[in-house]
Amino acid sequence: MSSQVPSDLLYAKSHEWARVENGIATVGITDHAQHELTDIVFVELPAKGRQVKSGEACAVVESVKTASDIYSPVSGEVIETNPAVIQDPSLVNSDPYATGWFFKVRLSSAEAPGDLLTPQAYAAQIGA
Amino acid sequence: MLKRTPLFAAHQRLGGKLIEFGGWEMPVQYTSIVDEHLCVRRAAGIFDISHMGELLVSGTGSADFLNRCLTNDIRKLAVGQGQYTLLCQENGGVVDDLYAYRLDSELYLLILNASRIEVDVAWFQARLAALPELSGTTVLDPASDRFGAFAVQGPRVVEYIDALFPGPSMGGTAVSKASDLKKNQLGAWTVSGETVWVARTGYTGEDGFEVITPAPLTESLWNRALEFGQAVRQQPCGLGARDTLRTEVCFPLYGHELDEVTTPIEAGLSVFVSFDKGPFLGSDVLARQKLEGTQKRLVAFRMTEKSPPPRPGYAVWAGGAPVGVAVSGTQSPSLQNGIGLAYVPPAVAEPGTVIEFEVRGRRFAAEVVRKPLYRKVTKTA
Repeated sequence: MSSQVPSDLLYAKSHEWARVENGIATVGITDHAQHELTDIVFVELPAKGRQVKSGEACAVVESVKTASDIYSPVSGEVIETNPAVIQDPSLVNSDPYATGWFFKVRLSSAEAPGDLLTPQAYAAQIGA
Repeated sequence: MLKRTPLFAAHQRLGGKLIEFGGWEMPVQYTSIVDEHLCVRRAAGIFDISHMGELLVSGTGSADFLNRCLTNDIRKLAVGQGQYTLLCQENGGVVDDLYAYRLDSELYLLILNASRIEVDVAWFQARLAALPELSGTTVLDPASDRFGAFAVQGPRVVEYIDALFPGPSMGGTAVSKASDLKKNQLGAWTVSGETVWVARTGYTGEDGFEVITPAPLTESLWNRALEFGQAVRQQPCGLGARDTLRTEVCFPLYGHELDEVTTPIEAGLSVFVSFDKGPFLGSDVLARQKLEGTQKRLVAFRMTEKSPPPRPGYAVWAGGAPVGVAVSGTQSPSLQNGIGLAYVPPAVAEPGTVIEFEVRGRRFAAEVVRKPLYRKVTKTA
């Protein structure tokens, strides 16, 4: 089964995506990640106002089988979290790039993060 | 190097996600654990259980020998019947939990946990060597490499089992068709000139059968069971669903509920311990525990607030202090609630007792409930 890798996003090797607009990154996990996890039943998100660093574990997603750490793909301040995935964690499975987003970060640097993967590079990593 | 069952290629073809389990490379899931779990509860699922071990015990001394080793009374078995039973150390700690089938008057088949095969065989061999009066009349034949096995489980399996194994049984319990086997009975059918054993047993809490076959026939029989199962929407199921299904009905899993420092009495399995059949490994300790009670007891629990799924190893809290530990836990696909099994002191073991589970430094409310956590929905007339 091939996973979707939208062309307008940036990706972390650890399977998070970031949509960067006006200095704010919206973060979620990729279609490949949700497909590997399957049956997501619980999501724990960082507190609003928390300062996160790129690569820092700041959320947890639990499937029936296991709990997995989610790493922030960017550095900055968490300004918003998605109440819908707390209420209905299955959104992460059914709609990982839209209603299944996790949190938004105001980037600490004005420049777009340079260490993230392009869609092409991420697709190559997962063999999509 | 991980061991592979005769169905390894079949799992790859079916898109199974393979993981390590007890030294074996096994499918954890094919589609999703929830999907496979609910398919077994509602229709049918097929599981590879070839990783489990087989030990044949035969001879005029075999029944006496097994009764000197195992907790349950082997003399209760007529030919063609099976029973759940345990092998304990002298101190009552569990070496393994297993199924014993009486294939013929002086022939027994023991089904062992995959991770315990070598340990179990060594125990039986040492025990037999220590019983000179039985060692000349009992033969142990470790046969794990010669057998494959799979389980078909769910309320609709009975619709095709007679097509998979046509005609009357040729051994074990005499039945005119496989679907006439009752729970815990097994019969023999001849396939390609070989004897295949079909038992009405399982590990899911649903009706179903376990098929124990000469290894070379495993894949062709599995493929036929897949084909016949299509009509009842059967799906192949992995170890993930096997674990959530057995947790819902509170069946123990070796390495979780049971280990060498836990006794069958502590695990709530007294009904599988016979105290009137004469001495067996651990019988003194188990009899004393049955009389005096134990310091820890296995209880079922369910989460009573929105929480992460409970997991094995999470601490149980009661009265503001840690008092025990979860040994199994998951989000129940049938109940859509966090559930599990935990060892707690007797004071905390009564159904209705409020407890808490610690998850990543936070505590979440739960309550002790009666076993099983899930009861099969039975049709009322």
